[in-house]
Amino acid sequence: MTWLTDYQLTVLTFLPLAGGLIIACLRREALGPIRWISLGASLLSFGLALKVFLEFSPNQPGMQFVEHRPWIASPPISYHLGVDGVSVLLILLTAFLTVLGVLASWVSISSRVKEFFLFLLTLETGMIGVFVSLDLFLFFIFWEAMLIPMYFLIGVWGHERRVYAAIKFLLYTMTGSALMLVGILYLYNLTGTFDYEAIGRQLAGGIAGLSGSAQVWLFLAFFLAFAIKVPLVPFHTWLPDAHVEAPTAGSVILAGVLLKMGTYGMLRFCLPLFPQASREFAPVISILAIVGIIYGALVAMVQPDMKKLVAYSSVAHLGFVVLGIFTFTMSGIEGAIYQMCNHGVSTGALFILVGMLYDRRHTRLIKEFGGLATPLPVYSTFFMIVALSSLGLPMLNGFVGEFLIIVGAFHVRPLFGALAAVGVVLAAVYLLWMYQRVFFGRVTNEKNQNLPDCTGREKIMLAAVVVVILWMGIYPAPFLRRLDLGAAQVIQRIEYSRPYFALKEPVPARERSR
Amino acid sequence: MITVQADDLVRILPQMVLSAFAILVMVFEPFLPPQRKTLLGWFSLFGVIAAGAATVRTSFSLGLAFGGSVSADRFSLFFVFLFLLIAALVLLGSFNYLEREHINHGEFYALLLMGTVGMCFMAASAELVMIFLGLEISSLATYILAGFKRHDALSNEAALKYFLLGSFATAFFLYGIAFVYGLTGTTNLLALSERLTKASSWSPLACVALILMFVGLAFKVSAVPFHVWTPDVYQGAPAPVTAFLSVGPKAAAFAVFFRVFLGAFASAGSVAFWVIWSSALLTMCLGNLAALLQSNVKRMLAYSAIAHAGYVLVGMAAGPKEGTPTVLFYLTVYALMNVGAFVLVAHLAGTGERWTCIEDYTGLGYERPGVAACLAVFMLSLAGFPTTAGFFAKFYVFRAAIHSHLIGLTLVAVLTSVISVYYYFRLIVVMYMREGKTPACSGPLPWALRVALAVSVVGIFYLGLYPGGFLQLANLAALPLP
Repeated sequence: MTWLTDYQLTVLTFLPLAGGLIIACLRREALGPIRWISLGASLLSFGLALKVFLEFSPNQPGMQFVEHRPWIASPPISYHLGVDGVSVLLILLTAFLTVLGVLASWVSISSRVKEFFLFLLTLETGMIGVFVSLDLFLFFIFWEAMLIPMYFLIGVWGHERRVYAAIKFLLYTMTGSALMLVGILYLYNLTGTFDYEAIGRQLAGGIAGLSGSAQVWLFLAFFLAFAIKVPLVPFHTWLPDAHVEAPTAGSVILAGVLLKMGTYGMLRFCLPLFPQASREFAPVISILAIVGIIYGALVAMVQPDMKKLVAYSSVAHLGFVVLGIFTFTMSGIEGAIYQMCNHGVSTGALFILVGMLYDRRHTRLIKEFGGLATPLPVYSTFFMIVALSSLGLPMLNGFVGEFLIIVGAFHVRPLFGALAAVGVVLAAVYLLWMYQRVFFGRVTNEKNQNLPDCTGREKIMLAAVVVVILWMGIYPAPFLRRLDLGAAQVIQRIEYSRPYFALKEPVPARERSR
Repeated sequence: MITVQADDLVRILPQMVLSAFAILVMVFEPFLPPQRKTLLGWFSLFGVIAAGAATVRTSFSLGLAFGGSVSADRFSLFFVFLFLLIAALVLLGSFNYLEREHINHGEFYALLLMGTVGMCFMAASAELVMIFLGLEISSLATYILAGFKRHDALSNEAALKYFLLGSFATAFFLYGIAFVYGLTGTTNLLALSERLTKASSWSPLACVALILMFVGLAFKVSAVPFHVWTPDVYQGAPAPVTAFLSVGPKAAAFAVFFRVFLGAFASAGSVAFWVIWSSALLTMCLGNLAALLQSNVKRMLAYSAIAHAGYVLVGMAAGPKEGTPTVLFYLTVYALMNVGAFVLVAHLAGTGERWTCIEDYTGLGYERPGVAACLAVFMLSLAGFPTTAGFFAKFYVFRAAIHSHLIGLTLVAVLTSVISVYYYFRLIVVMYMREGKTPACSGPLPWALRVALAVSVVGIFYLGLYPGGFLQLANLAALPLP
């Protein structure tokens, strides 16, 4: 079994695709085998992701499980994979959420089942590929290829306005990635390589030709692609449409993983490769992030539709993540990464819960419900725990991330920290208010009187989420320990950049930004 | 008086083989009953394969022929192979179409072969008059092909439009040749290049000549503002002919572009560059924007063909060293995906080409999963998604452009290709995301068509995953150019 240890990341990446190919060969009517094979494939890749996560050594700097082979001779593109603390955590999250996605679609997807699971598993391959790629070109390929299955998931199995939402999602993301492609090509032109680590070394060593303004433009080309994906506030309008129209599993993956690719990209590319530009833009970006936190929370508060409420809460939560990243402090960055996972788990679970309600009642409007705690005691309990985790109650996972981010923000500028803390309060308002209207009091609508409570499958799914929520809230050390070195390296690049640019470029910042 | 050597003949062997088969097709035509005419098609296909073998033979004795008017070099061989591939795919895609439309005459195959001969001569010319001859041979054949559905008004309109505007453009080209000859006293490209370089400065007359010749070629590649014929002709012509028109003459005209603009007019420098640059910019913008508004698949693909000409022009603007191999790569990939898309559209359109609206494909993805999947692959490749060849085609062109510091042009190129995603995906949307019963599905796929589709799809994925080897080949092919 040496090949398994040598090619661990390759196996991890392409295992879901292999499962998808097996499904492609099955008959359309064989619903049982299709579902079980998807579950098997996603569980297997989750197991493998867990294995990688546990074997990942927190004390070893740099990339681990590296695979490096040439792929295309000209231009030199290599199949270069590897993980550090950040990506290993996100891979685990991806694999976990895909299992949830498969379970959540078990019965709610009834038409074109074969194609659905095929796309879902292909999507998992694309997502893991994004997180393990250490070649800019390879990264871009996975980044783009992943759009197609997501596009189909929204467009075919979504709700009423699915086609509009799907194409909007596709065009927004493609615009960003088109600019990133130009950025990648420009970097290649400067350095003669697509290899992430080689480019990083060359840029750190100070290559000729990268003037201050070029660095600003490159930073913007990359940042815009990631900001659209996150989404940061002026670019967020695709998100409510896509999240609301997508089927449950699509929303889970979209919120849980795809948004994280934006913040992952910032951490992986923007900060280490263009530290000076990151520093220059940090105040603006932090302000946009805070606007996102507050705006997202306020808009979420007034939504009549539960799924839309959860969608806007994503804008707010991702605002925290971006704020944390651009504090350039240890606690801010670690908190941001932790918050990425928290948001994935909690918001993913919220989407599943809303989806379960939709399966039963075919509506998501808050005013249709009321007093659900009486007919659905188990469901209500799960919903409570997940909602509390999402709003950041201490002892649950959300608290750890948000706390670290706010500490980092206070460190940089107390006002930022204070405003972010307002966002935490607002989160409590919109989530608890929604909870109160939906679950407390008497049953207001006759139709809700005899709703069936959670089935065994749903209980297993939600119990798994709750275990993760509690573990991440009470004992975050195993996760944070793996992040230390990665975060420290990013900060080191940022700190190190100051003397280098001061020496190399005596141009004042004012003129450089011209 | 030029004496003809054996080597001279070997160097035009592919063209000779194709011409011989074209003539034989005409000879056999009257002796076959109408229902057996497809035999002529298979015979022509055999001719294309024989020409392929002849090309291999030619590759062993490269050099100039006929007193330096024809050049058999790697560059021309690359194009000859490309044209043969296009001809073979179009032949495979047209057998059942011709039967269905009751226009299964032997002349179709003969004209297709003659058109290919003309294109091969265009790519292999080392002489302006020779280029003109090749241009005329291929143009005349395609004019007739465009109007091959004699009883169809649209087809007649297409042929007439193509013929009138086409001869106008060829006249421009000829006028340009006359200017060049008047200035330098030669039409040989090599001699021309020397004399133009020696001239201390570029006279305004030389610029006029350059622009006149550019107009003639820009018409053939349908570059803006000489593109107006494209949508009407592509829509009206029989769909397999459109498949041929959209890739064959275009690739041939680009071959001439290389020989003339990067070879003979290399010293023109900035004039040629800015002409190509601005044409690329306009072509990409207009092609992609106009395609957004189309409701007919053939017209949509026509504007997409215009847009792709723009990307190829970006590759040309990147300069000979960087750009040429990428353009050769692009043209090959473009041929695979466009011919594939058009022959599939030809099949789905049904008798009389009734179903060519985008809406007619509603629900195709569930009624004909295989067909729809092929069409989806072509659309994804045309849009330039990774793992398909269309991505690498664009990627290489953009890389070359960035290398030559054409950052503004590259930005326009990537952003317009984002726009293109919208119209290519409209087909995917109606195929997979709309409920309904498609009218466009006429019987099972004939197996000749299956072969053509298989070649295109396999080629698209192969070049999309392992483009390196083929790019090396394109690099070799670009070497003979100065």
